[in-house]
Amino acid sequence: MKHTLSILVNNHPGVMSHVSGLFTRRGYNIDSIAVGVTDNQEVSSMTIVLNGDDFVVGQVKNQLLKLPDVLKVQDMAYASSVQRELVLVSFSINESNRSEALTICNGFDVKILEMTEDSLLIEFSGNSRQVTNIIAVLKPFGIREISRTGQIAIAYRNQNAV
Amino acid sequence: MTSTTEAITGGRLMVELLEEAGVEIVFGYPGGAILPFYDELYHSKKIKHILVRHEQGAIHMAEGYARSTGKLGVCIATSGPGATNLITGLTDAKMDSVPILAITGQVATDAIGTDAFQEADIFGITIPITKYNALIKRADDLARHFEEAIKIAMGGRPGPVLLDFPKDVQLGKTTVRKASSLKIAPHHYERPKVKGDPQEFADALNQAKRPLLYVGGGAINSFASAEIKALAEKANAPVTTTLMGLGAFPGTHPLSVGMLGMHGTAYANKAVLECDYILNLGARFDDRVAKYQDFAPNAVRAHVDIDAAEFNKRINVDHILHGDLKDAIREILPFVKGGDRATWIENIQNLKKNHPLDFDNSGDTIKPQDFLNRVYTKTKGEAIVSTDVGQHQMWAAQYYLFDKPNTWLTSGGLGTMGYGLPAAIGAKFGNPDKTVICVTGDGSFQMCIQELATIAQSKLGVKILLFNNNFLGMVRQWQELFYEERFSESQWTYNPNFVKLAEAYDIPAMRIEKKSDIDKGVEFFLKDSGSALIEVMIPAEEKVFPMIPAGKSQQDLIEFKDLGKLKK
Ligand SMILES: Cc1ncc(C[n+]2csc(CCOP(=O)(O)OP(=O)(O)O)c2C)c(N)n1
Repeated sequence: MKHTLSILVNNHPGVMSHVSGLFTRRGYNIDSIAVGVTDNQEVSSMTIVLNGDDFVVGQVKNQLLKLPDVLKVQDMAYASSVQRELVLVSFSINESNRSEALTICNGFDVKILEMTEDSLLIEFSGNSRQVTNIIAVLKPFGIREISRTGQIAIAYRNQNAV
Repeated sequence: MTSTTEAITGGRLMVELLEEAGVEIVFGYPGGAILPFYDELYHSKKIKHILVRHEQGAIHMAEGYARSTGKLGVCIATSGPGATNLITGLTDAKMDSVPILAITGQVATDAIGTDAFQEADIFGITIPITKYNALIKRADDLARHFEEAIKIAMGGRPGPVLLDFPKDVQLGKTTVRKASSLKIAPHHYERPKVKGDPQEFADALNQAKRPLLYVGGGAINSFASAEIKALAEKANAPVTTTLMGLGAFPGTHPLSVGMLGMHGTAYANKAVLECDYILNLGARFDDRVAKYQDFAPNAVRAHVDIDAAEFNKRINVDHILHGDLKDAIREILPFVKGGDRATWIENIQNLKKNHPLDFDNSGDTIKPQDFLNRVYTKTKGEAIVSTDVGQHQMWAAQYYLFDKPNTWLTSGGLGTMGYGLPAAIGAKFGNPDKTVICVTGDGSFQMCIQELATIAQSKLGVKILLFNNNFLGMVRQWQELFYEERFSESQWTYNPNFVKLAEAYDIPAMRIEKKSDIDKGVEFFLKDSGSALIEVMIPAEEKVFPMIPAGKSQQDLIEFKDLGKLKK
């Protein structure tokens, strides 16, 4: 099962190695990791998606909390949080499938960033499943390049409204 | 940060902060990148510096000092090769939860990352093997890092920390002598409140007919011996300890069943199979003790630990108390009732009678078990004993009964050959009035043998008991039993003359080879408070029993008397 951990850490060099090192060392696999500073320059937030049962995630949480630079660890339940990922995709088009490509882009709320004779560069954001879907849909066109940010997440204030 | 008016150098501040932390002794080795600190240390009247012969020696000495005194151990090394020589000791201290502050020099900040002379990314290298580490980039940050590092090393589950000081930071001036605030969360250093239900915990114990206490190294770190004794006596429950827990409960106590695990006593391992309740006090269900989920198959399992990450890590448990062991036991005690456990205790007595620690002492060769017994008697069990790793380590664990905590120094988690001699040196510096004995093997001894010079230089009364089987004995034992006697690279075709070698360092030495010489040998070895080495020649075929073969569990224990079964 996929779990999304939202982690607050001190924002200084080496913290990222400490955290990711913990995962490698203990044999946990990170699906995605995204980091950025918060409104407080001294604190960064990390979103880590990992695959594992409750036992594994419990262990990861406890191990993370042992790192002095880790301030807070939150396991985000899917239903009570917003989860987003941004992807940039450049793919091939031609005379005959250009309009089909544009229809797809419209339907999926995709932003077109560049269009050339034989290619489209698009931006899309959504939960990871939607991102994976859009990639699958564009694949037959011939994908040239993909860049995914990894998932970020934040809990809803109202935890009762599911 | 609070400021005073007078600016001092980073190096000066490092010395002052060590003094303020109450550090009385440091073990180290100088070099270019740490010279500004050494220059300031030159003036210190409070800190004694022990010059070692290899940085690995320095950190193991700091470990021996820390483990035998319960205080912080401090070691110093220069950048690059000096720092990387600390790696084994840092890993050792991490595995065995020893509070160590390692101070390293680093190339100047503007040279970092340029592959400068004697540069190593020691911060990066030591991330997985320290509890905490930091590279200090400004002299103004020094005070805060120092305070944090020491708190982290000693707090909660103790462990090694490393602070890396670029040369210009040691030379730079600062007025910030004291941290005004810390960056790390208090739970890393404050003693946590006990979490869980002590009453429920005690109830499970009260209901048990055949309870067993399983005591680990955490008991020593938390200074919980008195509480454990009170608990065992009140509950009338037998106690087994791990290799790391030896001494946390008196080995001579009627309720003691000695050590459990791979080379633990048969009665301890059998008690684990038979008990209906097992209470883990500061142990970690190490794989040399609890191989599978079926550990203590008939028992309700309970666990007290200061490290929440240890719960259900390898073995699932039914009851959990999270907190400092001493505090936790104090909270449990009032709810504990003294049940009638006469049948269980009698059962244990029978196990002890029918499955004693055993060896064949016929013939004229010297058996290490016999020799250790005599050393135990002669020292009245009051020595501090350090060991290296191998058969001699297990014999020492089995045949020297430890009654007090902090008297048994061995590399449990990492199994570091080379640990014993420097650890004994560190312990002797911390306990000058006690007899300190290093039990070692001819293989292990040669890994940090250069520290004989440190003994000689300080005229330190460290006793070295060297069991010479001209083999890497433990390796040989495995090859004999599990690799059809193919003794691949385990025999020494060359060993130095250890007696002459010791004498070269002004350490009185003697070799004995025959049983009839044992008394003479023990007498020589322990006759005064000075240093001495005794080389005891033992048969290469001598093995450590009992033994749970690797990968097997308690059911598969082989005792000395079963030896025949193994070799069919
Ligand atoms: C640094 C290191 N290298 C290798 C080993 C593997 N090892 C474990 S026990 C052992 C043999 C130890 O021989 P010795 O010190 O002579 O002791 P004995 O078993 O003969 O008592 C070896 C090589 C180790 N534990 N540590």
